[in-house]
Amino acid sequence: MKPSPVTYHAPATVAEAVGLLAEHGDDAKVLGGGQSLLPLMNLRLAAPARLVDVTRIDGLGAIERRDGAFELGAAVRQAQAEDDAALAAACPLLAAALPHIAHREIRNAGTVCGSLAHGDAAAELPAVALALDAELVVHGPRGVRTVAADGFFRSFLETALEPDELLAVVRLPVAPPGSGAAFHELARRAGDFAIAGVGAQLTMRDGTVTEARVACIGVGAAPVRARAAEQALAGGRADERTIAQAARAAAAELEPSEDLHASAAFRRHAAETLMRRALHEAAARAESNGREAS
Amino acid sequence: MKITLTVNGSRRELEVDDRRLLADVLREELGLTGTKVGCSHGVCGSCTVHVDGRAVRSCIMLAVQADGRAVRTVEDLAAPDGTLHPLQQAFSEEHALQCGFCTPGFLMTALPAVEAGAPLDAGQARELVSGNICRCTGYDGIVGAVVRASAICAGAAASGAEAER
Ligand SMILES: Cc1cc2nc3c(=O)[nH]c(=O)nc-3n(C[C@H](O)[C@H](O)[C@H](O)COP(=O)(O)OP(=O)(O)OC[C@H]3O[C@@H](n4cnc5c(N)ncnc54)[C@H](O)[C@@H]3O)c2cc1C
Ligand code: FES
Ligand code: FES
Repeated sequence: MKPSPVTYHAPATVAEAVGLLAEHGDDAKVLGGGQSLLPLMNLRLAAPARLVDVTRIDGLGAIERRDGAFELGAAVRQAQAEDDAALAAACPLLAAALPHIAHREIRNAGTVCGSLAHGDAAAELPAVALALDAELVVHGPRGVRTVAADGFFRSFLETALEPDELLAVVRLPVAPPGSGAAFHELARRAGDFAIAGVGAQLTMRDGTVTEARVACIGVGAAPVRARAAEQALAGGRADERTIAQAARAAAAELEPSEDLHASAAFRRHAAETLMRRALHEAAARAESNGREAS
Repeated sequence: MKITLTVNGSRRELEVDDRRLLADVLREELGLTGTKVGCSHGVCGSCTVHVDGRAVRSCIMLAVQADGRAVRTVEDLAAPDGTLHPLQQAFSEEHALQCGFCTPGFLMTALPAVEAGAPLDAGQARELVSGNICRCTGYDGIVGAVVRASAICAGAAASGAEAER
């Protein structure tokens, strides 16, 4: 299995990359770490004539804090984000999600932005972006636009990105003090894509939930924000009963599909169970972070 | 495209077709056939090499993506006189291989953690190599070898620090 003939470009600037994408249109594809694209090319399920590698662009390899958010450029590898202690403290949901992606060897090459641009419905990072209300900074021949994560992930492997656009930076809001997060998923083997998964970030103050952010993966054509659970939790205590109610309410709203790996009913059941576990763990971490802060 | 790779310490200038996979360039242009290709889509780990010190899968990386970088393959593990690396020695002693096809991938996957100098327990070793597939051994020997090698390397690191004091 080998890729079909392709011409590789390694632009040094965003402008140069956008120029290449504009010039070659549908023939060109952005290349991040290649951890989704190269398998597809090896299997000849993708056969782009040109690849525009964005990981050598100056300035896109940095993880930087700016105005209440962490900005991660298109060249930032998943492992690089995983190893950044300041980022992990500020964005606990991202830190909880990253180890679930494949294996370290994949995360050493795969990029954070590449996972978002790929938009797999079972991928962890799109759910993180959705739950955190991340902003995606997109460059294209028609200029720069900032897209909210809510609305970016459209359907199976379909996002708001046009073929001639590149996702240059993702902006992840810093969690308020007293926040804790957890990511729980069900997979056949460690590192496999999840059959179902739930990420939750809770912020607590004096035992009360002041902010709840929850999203599910593997239960639809795109990641799903669990608004019903967030509403059930906000303003109350994160006790056993409230958490059970929140998970039940959110699961009832899911419309998972059925496939080789699991039935729709099983996926809904798994999502509810995983959500309870994620919420319990997030609440415990939020409380202990709150104690440390005060 | 013309690329420069530093392979196992020596600088190599190569003219490669852009679509060539790093695994194939290592095996076919450079004759480093220790790196194996099992699945070609990133799921078996047999093609694992290091690029700039990080373990990656060379079957889902184009050689041009590694341009300007340092690549380390399994051929670099044993000393020039043939003395095995402690990790290789441990694989031998723990019966961690049968056909050996998966072994270079397991070695290169486990190496960074083993060389980091902290002893690993069986659970950590299992987690470390969980992305690699072996059709022969049933994994127990591999896990045992990684645990043993990590203890040896941790001991060496500790006595090295002792000697410096
Ligand atoms: C064995 C294996 C297991 C995996 N398991 C998981 C898992 O459990 N969870 C998970 O989330 N992922 C998993 N992955 C996928 C991995 O996380 C990829 O790294 C990720 O999906 C894509 O990131 P990339 O940088 O490798 O992108 P690439 O593979 O380079 O690109 C993927 C797609 O996104 C586009 N793209 C990339 N970067 C940009 C950009 N900056 N702007 C616009 N478009 C862009 C490309 O054109 C392409 O269409 C797995 C991969 C493998 C090989
Ligand atoms: S050959 Fe590369 S992971 Fe299987
Ligand atoms: S020893 Fe044969 S595949 Fe592992």
